[in-house]
Amino acid sequence: MSARIGVVVFPGTNCEHDVVKALDSLTRSQSPPGISRPAPALTPVPNRTPVPAASARAEIELVWHGAGSLSHLDAVVLPGGFAHGDYLRPGAIARFSKVMDAVARFAAEGGPVVGICNGFQVLTEAGLLPGALQKNSGLRFLCRSVPVRICTTRSVLTRGLAEGDRLVLPVNHFEGNYTCDVTTLDRLRAEDCIVLRYEENPNGSVDDIAGICNPQGNVVGLMPHPERACDGLTGALDGWGLLRSLLEAADRHASLPA
Amino acid sequence: MRFEALVEVRLRPGISDPQGATIERALPALGFSGVSDVRVGKSIRFSLEAPDEEAARQMSEAMTDRLLANPVIEEAEVRVL
Repeated sequence: MSARIGVVVFPGTNCEHDVVKALDSLTRSQSPPGISRPAPALTPVPNRTPVPAASARAEIELVWHGAGSLSHLDAVVLPGGFAHGDYLRPGAIARFSKVMDAVARFAAEGGPVVGICNGFQVLTEAGLLPGALQKNSGLRFLCRSVPVRICTTRSVLTRGLAEGDRLVLPVNHFEGNYTCDVTTLDRLRAEDCIVLRYEENPNGSVDDIAGICNPQGNVVGLMPHPERACDGLTGALDGWGLLRSLLEAADRHASLPA
Repeated sequence: MRFEALVEVRLRPGISDPQGATIERALPALGFSGVSDVRVGKSIRFSLEAPDEEAARQMSEAMTDRLLANPVIEEAEVRVL
């Protein structure tokens, strides 16, 4: 059975086509487009599990924010942008969209959900992930590539990578300063829910956090944009392994008994 | 009855406030010394229909809890004017 991945579109979302294009490339090729050789090897880590070939059959669709059910999907991506203009707070209005009830149900049933940038902000506002994203400590909009480390492979976005892998990924945000109270931070650490950390903290995030997941690992939020690092033309390829992991998670979900 | 309400949303104590810090650093350059604890928030004003002042307050507080403030990083003061 072919995996189906939904990419949610709110009014003001602007990265949905980048995500669709990246996922589409993944379903058709073993290596990112724009280069004639396989994706560069990541930091060698002993005992890393070999990454299986990506599905060649995933279907990707855009899902409007008024959708009431996502039960036909095998993975959901909340892409970047400025949902509802980011008015009040990023994600504050989007979290009340009809589709977010469906996302919550999908997540509660173990479906893979990934929020990228604005999607991460929506997930925290919706309470599907703890904490909040506030203004960057330097009060500057950041648009550059930053090195990050994989801190756990429990999440649907990092299963195919190894702990300690170093990736260079683009960030593009004004409100990416991850904030939570000490109790939440302790819990994130104890439950191995910190997925990515910045090597050089660009925005003031507590504990250098660039991405987190829920305790089950099926809901992930991150500020960097892996979909913008999946094509040789952009000069960045390190998002490939992350989205390939998501595709594999969707594949596993598709093969579950209904 | 028609009521006016004012909700003031601020970052919780202990949550870093880069806007407040920037303003605080700028003030001495203008000759205002000794200013500290600058916090930047937002005020949201609206009018609403409610049977009495208490009901107007409760409705404003419910709106604040659900939408106007994010309790993870913000606190809010609700006033019915």
